[in-house]
Amino acid sequence: MNSFRLFPERASTVSHQTDALYLFLCTVTALFSILIFVLIVYFAVKYRRRSAVPPPPVHTDLRLELAWTIIPLLIVLFIFFWGARVFFYIYRPPRDSLDVHVIGKQWMWKIQHPSGRREINELHVPIGQPVRLLIASQDAIHGFYIPAFRIKQDAIPGRFATIWFQADKVGEYHLFCHEYCGTQHSKMIGRVVVMDQQKYQDWLAGTPAEESPAESGAKLFRSLKCIECHAEKAPSMAALYGSKQRMADGAIMEADENYLRESILDSTTRVVAGYAPIMPSFRGQISEEQLMELIAYIKSLRDPASLKKTD
Amino acid sequence: MSTVSYQPALEPRESYINIAYTVKSWLFTLDHKRIAILYLIAITVFFFIGGVFATLIRLELMTPEGDLVSDDTYNKLFTLHGVVMIFFFLIPSIPATMGNFVLPLMLGARDLAFPRLNLLSWYIFMIGGTLSLTAAITGGVDTGWTFYTPYSSVFSNSRVVLTVLGVFVTGFSSILTGLNFVITIHTMRAPGLTWSRLPLFVWAMYATSVIMLLGTPVVAIAVALVGAERIFHLGIFNPALGGDPVLFQHLFWFYSHPAVYIMILPAMGVISEVVTCFSRKNIFGYAFIAASSLAIAFIGFLVWGHHMFVSTQSIYGGMIFSFLSYMVAIPSAIKVFNWTATLYKGSISFHAPMLYAGGFIGLFTMGGLTGLFLAALGVDVHVHHTYFIVAHFHYIMVGGAVMAYMAAIHYWWPKITGRLYTEWLARISAVIIFLGFNLTFFPQFLLGYLGMPRRYHVYPPEFQVLNVMSTAGASILAVGYVIPLIYLTWSLWHGKAAGPNPWKATGLEWQTPSPPPTNNFEEIPVVTGPPYQYHLEEVPFAPSKSEPGAPV
Repeated sequence: MNSFRLFPERASTVSHQTDALYLFLCTVTALFSILIFVLIVYFAVKYRRRSAVPPPPVHTDLRLELAWTIIPLLIVLFIFFWGARVFFYIYRPPRDSLDVHVIGKQWMWKIQHPSGRREINELHVPIGQPVRLLIASQDAIHGFYIPAFRIKQDAIPGRFATIWFQADKVGEYHLFCHEYCGTQHSKMIGRVVVMDQQKYQDWLAGTPAEESPAESGAKLFRSLKCIECHAEKAPSMAALYGSKQRMADGAIMEADENYLRESILDSTTRVVAGYAPIMPSFRGQISEEQLMELIAYIKSLRDPASLKKTD
Repeated sequence: MSTVSYQPALEPRESYINIAYTVKSWLFTLDHKRIAILYLIAITVFFFIGGVFATLIRLELMTPEGDLVSDDTYNKLFTLHGVVMIFFFLIPSIPATMGNFVLPLMLGARDLAFPRLNLLSWYIFMIGGTLSLTAAITGGVDTGWTFYTPYSSVFSNSRVVLTVLGVFVTGFSSILTGLNFVITIHTMRAPGLTWSRLPLFVWAMYATSVIMLLGTPVVAIAVALVGAERIFHLGIFNPALGGDPVLFQHLFWFYSHPAVYIMILPAMGVISEVVTCFSRKNIFGYAFIAASSLAIAFIGFLVWGHHMFVSTQSIYGGMIFSFLSYMVAIPSAIKVFNWTATLYKGSISFHAPMLYAGGFIGLFTMGGLTGLFLAALGVDVHVHHTYFIVAHFHYIMVGGAVMAYMAAIHYWWPKITGRLYTEWLARISAVIIFLGFNLTFFPQFLLGYLGMPRRYHVYPPEFQVLNVMSTAGASILAVGYVIPLIYLTWSLWHGKAAGPNPWKATGLEWQTPSPPPTNNFEEIPVVTGPPYQYHLEEVPFAPSKSEPGAPV
């Protein structure tokens, strides 16, 4: 992690894809730079001024103009599609990902694993396992960046961001805040530790058991009295996450994390068709962490029976 | 040119310079040439202030630890470096100095359309600059030149309001200058100077002015809203009050990306003038270069979202902005190819302006090509907000815009002052700047791909070698910028008389004495042919005594 090098380590599945495109771009850059450079030097030498007699004019050649418009156009279109392909890979997590919660605040990263284990400025992950990060910020905009994985995502206050990766090399890697966030921005750094599955399990078990986010969320669901309505009168939370919901204005919304977030904090902005906008807003009542826990709980509800009051 | 006789600068001929010497005659002048000089002095001061900030940044980054300045001071240094260099040097650089000075001359006009408005622009610029500098002196500002919310509008404990007020005010100077140029180009062209006969610098200034007119109001509103949110605690960008922090990024980049073209289009215009003159050739692909300026100005307004690929923008939105960013690369490539083709079968000489222009083409090509990396969505995710971006935009703005600004200064200096500078010193400093620049910024591409984020006061030790190289380059670059300051100043008193047309160039600005008289031309010239007719013995202008409204 701390030795001098000219090319970064590759430690995730996407890093190979990014580097392949990067090296292609380097080749294109080198070819065109050399082409222009060689032409300029060649012309400068060959056509250096030898007499005061001005040379005859050269007229524009339409074929040449078309050639150097269309050839670069084709090259950049190729790069565009390749870049978009890698981008889609980065932003479309597989279904079986491990959901890790990340909250940025001035100037530290607070991280919680699905098992409940918490860490600060460190992220331990198993190798070969897709990990999806649910990222939020408590204050300014921060940025979660792991160069060895070639991924980064802004942590924006007021919304959730997600990104995923699958580490493929055991080791320790830098974790940086990439979005300027004030005095100690450059100290909002940490490390990512990629471990094999067994070591990761040992590491998870290494501390006294902590409550998982979904368990904490379940308690909140009761203590905040959500359950009073959402058991019967209000829309059910069962199998809600990821489903399509019809709103009162006819729009169809996918119930993802940001939808749930909005429904809790600005409960009357979008209302599910058939219900009255009577839910109180929880803006300012709960922290980012509690919000993440509530959502983790809602995501955990696969079985409608688990919503019963007697639970 | 039998009609324009050689007149040495020392001869007691009346020029815009010696017509009056009082301070009042300068501060209340309505002459576009004198206003250009006022701008030149002001932006030179701003350039060296911004340079001092840059020097301190590079010194701090020589070591991984934060040992020269504190973290807060460092954050203020890079913020002020950006604010001063972008808003108070680069944006006004070529338009407000060279544009002001030579645009009316190139058009065969006696002044800009609105001389009073022009002077007002300068005063507004100075007020804006003073406000922002006051903020710098009385505590500084630490938001980064991008003023991202909610940090700038809620969390920062620095002089944000005063700084954005300075930026806001200065914006009006840009708007008025753009307005003045557009109207001047439309209405004040000399007889016979049709659109297809306009020098490419004029086309570039036209495209630039349109961007200034349409884009600047948006950034003015964006920063005004930041100020308003700070003062009145509104919930525009602050999510705790229901605002949207990313909205600011949309507003900001809607202007600030086109602002890149405000900096680079005039630079491209300069290069078209210089390359033709020093290769004694007509420009290759006149129509393509002119049209590409307009294409850049137009498409440039549609690419702002490429600054936000990792800001939770929809991935489909990202795709559209990526695609459009590639489309704006094409007109830039067309220009580079046409300049290169202009050299073909030319008669090339290597005076200082040409060396700077050559440096521009090389560095701009590198800057443009590395833009392809950033527009590639998947790669941008890795290099965004790293030193790769820092290197890329310095290749465009310093390697491109500042190189072209230097080319412009050296090309038109004899016209502006009536004096020649020391040519060998000018050539040496062009080479020093080119080498120093590359040593400063090329290592930053490597640093960026390695993952070093920008705006880092302290950094992991493995990045030190490349940072030391960069700082070494910066010291060479600094020398390269100080030498011209010295020999250009020296030439004001001791330079040889330049005569009206030392480069034997074809533009109308060379068909009048140097320095020009207050009303620019004894007689308004009549244009009879296209620009850059270097193969003709006689340039295609005919001074016409019958021209109505000509000399008084």
